[in-house]
Amino acid sequence: MRQLSGLTGAFRLLLFIALWYSALVVASPEDDRSQLTEFFQARFPGVPLEDYVYGALIANPGGRQQYEQIMEFPPFLSDIEKGKRIWETAFHNGRGFADCFPGRGHGVVGNYPYFDEMLGRVVTFENAINACLRINGETEFAYGEREPMGVLTAYARTLSDGMRINVRVDSERAVAKYEAGKNLFFRRIGQLNAACAGCHLYNAGKIMRMEIISPALGQAAHWPIFRGGEELMTFQGRFKRCMEQMRAVPYGFDSDEWNNLEYFLSYLSNGLPLKSSVFRK
Amino acid sequence: MGCSRKSFARAATALFTLGLPCLQGLSAGNPSGQEIARDVYKGNCLACHRIPGDPSAVSLADIGPPLIHIRERFPDRSALRSQLWDPMVRNPKTVMPPFGKHKILTEEEIDLIVDYLYQY
Repeated sequence: MRQLSGLTGAFRLLLFIALWYSALVVASPEDDRSQLTEFFQARFPGVPLEDYVYGALIANPGGRQQYEQIMEFPPFLSDIEKGKRIWETAFHNGRGFADCFPGRGHGVVGNYPYFDEMLGRVVTFENAINACLRINGETEFAYGEREPMGVLTAYARTLSDGMRINVRVDSERAVAKYEAGKNLFFRRIGQLNAACAGCHLYNAGKIMRMEIISPALGQAAHWPIFRGGEELMTFQGRFKRCMEQMRAVPYGFDSDEWNNLEYFLSYLSNGLPLKSSVFRK
Repeated sequence: MGCSRKSFARAATALFTLGLPCLQGLSAGNPSGQEIARDVYKGNCLACHRIPGDPSAVSLADIGPPLIHIRERFPDRSALRSQLWDPMVRNPKTVMPPFGKHKILTEEEIDLIVDYLYQY
């Protein structure tokens, strides 16, 4: 008996040392998030944290003013209306999208993406939309298409406007997905050999030709955007455009790589208020 | 943008001034270093750099340093050439693309851009 408890004690000691060591060498997601926040607050002194959801506009007061004026009567209201109709149309079985989410879909988007322990993968809000369709015997919507998925989320996400992003990375497996997303963020890709971090971390606020580069902090809070008031672009749609611009072959909508990247970037914006369906020039 | 007829006329009357690149630019099949630098699908230098010495180079970019005092900064031509070919050698954290190593530009195009930059 005494021998057995001695072994248990040794094992416990080893486990403690291993955990302590791993905590030292691997920064936690929360360490990343607070370091990133400090970094940007030093670079953009005086900008309130909540303003980071406005992206590059934090460094462009004139542009921010124009944005506010346009957002009073956004030119893309008809797209949001389309999305609203889709959201409100009952399935064949009489149920609807609102039945799939707590609060009838209000105040839920901030919880996405999340790591599903049973499925062993990251689940995005769009995945949840399709799960709702699937469970109710309806055909799933294609990812990356303007209609119906794009316009549906353009409406459905607004039901969570103002909600603070609240992405959880709790288990070891969840951390692995977070780290995979972080890895892609820092990885050089494409013929142009650029990493997301190269622009959106180290050169955020600087000007590329005539445009200010947006900081990674806050990027996850404001999708979809309507470029020029018309071109609907989701978060992963932006990944696609960026990868193409770096002359890399894009991974693809709902790919593990992009879901993990969305997971990582969303975690970094924890605490910031969501504001969906916004204008960008 | 680039070299207009008016600037060609001016350059034609002052052959041995900085108007010379304009003459190069107007030969249809042979883009000049300036044109290659300006081309967004090729050098696209103005995406990240200003070229204050070239009045037609319109850019507010401040990601890379302004391209001036090139002779002082790169007295050795091969050093400037290497910087364009693979900028990660000098700075592993650079965001500048490896124009030669990743074949974004041909070797000849890189030489023409180096010629163009040495004016400033």
